Amino acid sequence: MRLLDFLFPERRNTAAIARDRLKIVLAHERASAQAPDFLPALQKDLLEVVGRYIEIRDDMLRVNVARAGDTSLLEINVELDGAVIKPVGNGAAPANPKPVPVAITVAKPDPTSEPPWVKPD
Amino acid sequence: MPAKIIVLTSGKGGVGKTTSAAAVAAGLAMRGHKTVVIDFDVGLRNLDLIMGCERRVVFDFINVINGDAKLNQALIRDKRNDNLYIFPTSQTRDKDALKRDGVERVLDELKDSFDYIICDSPAGIEHGAITALYFADVAVIVTNPEVSSVRDSDRIIGILASKSRRAEHNLDPVEIHLLLTRYSPDRVEKGEMLTIDDVKEILSIPLLGVVPESESVLRASNTGTPVVFDEGSPAGQAYLDAVARLLGEPRELRFLRPERRGFFRSLFGRA
Ligand SMILES: Nc1ncnc2c1ncn2[C@@H]1O[C@H](COP(=O)(O)OP(=O)(O)OP(=O)(O)O)[C@@H](O)[C@H]1O
Ligand SMILES: [Mg+2]
Repeated sequence: MRLLDFLFPERRNTAAIARDRLKIVLAHERASAQAPDFLPALQKDLLEVVGRYIEIRDDMLRVNVARAGDTSLLEINVELDGAVIKPVGNGAAPANPKPVPVAITVAKPDPTSEPPWVKPD
Repeated sequence: MPAKIIVLTSGKGGVGKTTSAAAVAAGLAMRGHKTVVIDFDVGLRNLDLIMGCERRVVFDFINVINGDAKLNQALIRDKRNDNLYIFPTSQTRDKDALKRDGVERVLDELKDSFDYIICDSPAGIEHGAITALYFADVAVIVTNPEVSSVRDSDRIIGILASKSRRAEHNLDPVEIHLLLTRYSPDRVEKGEMLTIDDVKEILSIPLLGVVPESESVLRASNTGTPVVFDEGSPAGQAYLDAVARLLGEPRELRFLRPERRGFFRSLFGRA
């Protein structure tokens, strides 16, 4: 066995890989299972509002409920990398602005307690 | 003591729920408790075969729910143990035949005459599986040391915590136990299979037992014998240990090391 492990390292301990993959996927699934039912509707409404100002794809806006200690936090993240900002009013905004990476974050979770993002499905 | 309702559930199919339901029910009966095991797998009835009473089925669970038969016409008394009864299900394709209020009425009636009511859940997280776990006091999560089974077990644990009768009525939560089945010590040793500690840590529920992968399970199912009646078999003994723990008696885990087959044992091929 030891010799085989040495000769074919990719054979080694696939159980450890299974364990690590399970830990990650279950952390995500538990978080989304606890998410309130209104998240998909909220995400849709927010996309509509934000879409009046910025052209973004659906997957660039993410809504998530995270838990940090005893408090629940509603997080709304909008990715602006590559988004096109629409002109506002009478040309007040520049026609072709440089995209600025901005994150609208209502609250930040404890980074150690939860996985980064969970997309409600 | 009021009757206890115990569900064997898993999410994933084919992990050993029916094998375990038969073994746990028979084990409790061997310990002197009056026990009935109910097949909730409507449409795919199999518990009757595993219990060896398939030719004695006349009326079933659905008949009793619909009022077409009395409870004592449908219950089958085991020929090997007087404390053990089998309640077979129907082979109807109408999955919604399992109405929640009807199930509740039948369970309430069973509570009057039994100590333990064992529910063999179908796979999945649909109507049948939810109905099987809904009334449970105790849930035994049957899990194989394998990624998809562990993931589905986690789903079922979440459902027990939110959709069971105890959760919906704000009662004490369902008591949840892990039963790890089809465990192969030699594959664990080779790093090919999740360890007991891995699964315990990931699911974070207490361990009721570990049942090794064993030829005796197939042999028992061939003859319609719950595997605990084959008392010499490792799987049978592991199930009896689990039953003892369920009754609150501490038992060391066994059969966790690869079987070193002696010359005579390999010659005669008994596992
Ligand atoms: N410990 C074991 N060792 C060897 N084989 C086993 C063991 N436990 C179960 N099996 C086998 O696995 C198969 C599935 O078992 P079983 O029917 O009990 O699973 P199940 O969870 O009830 O399936 P389903 O989801 O279809 O109802 C059967 O062939 C059974 O003999
Ligand atoms: Mg089954």
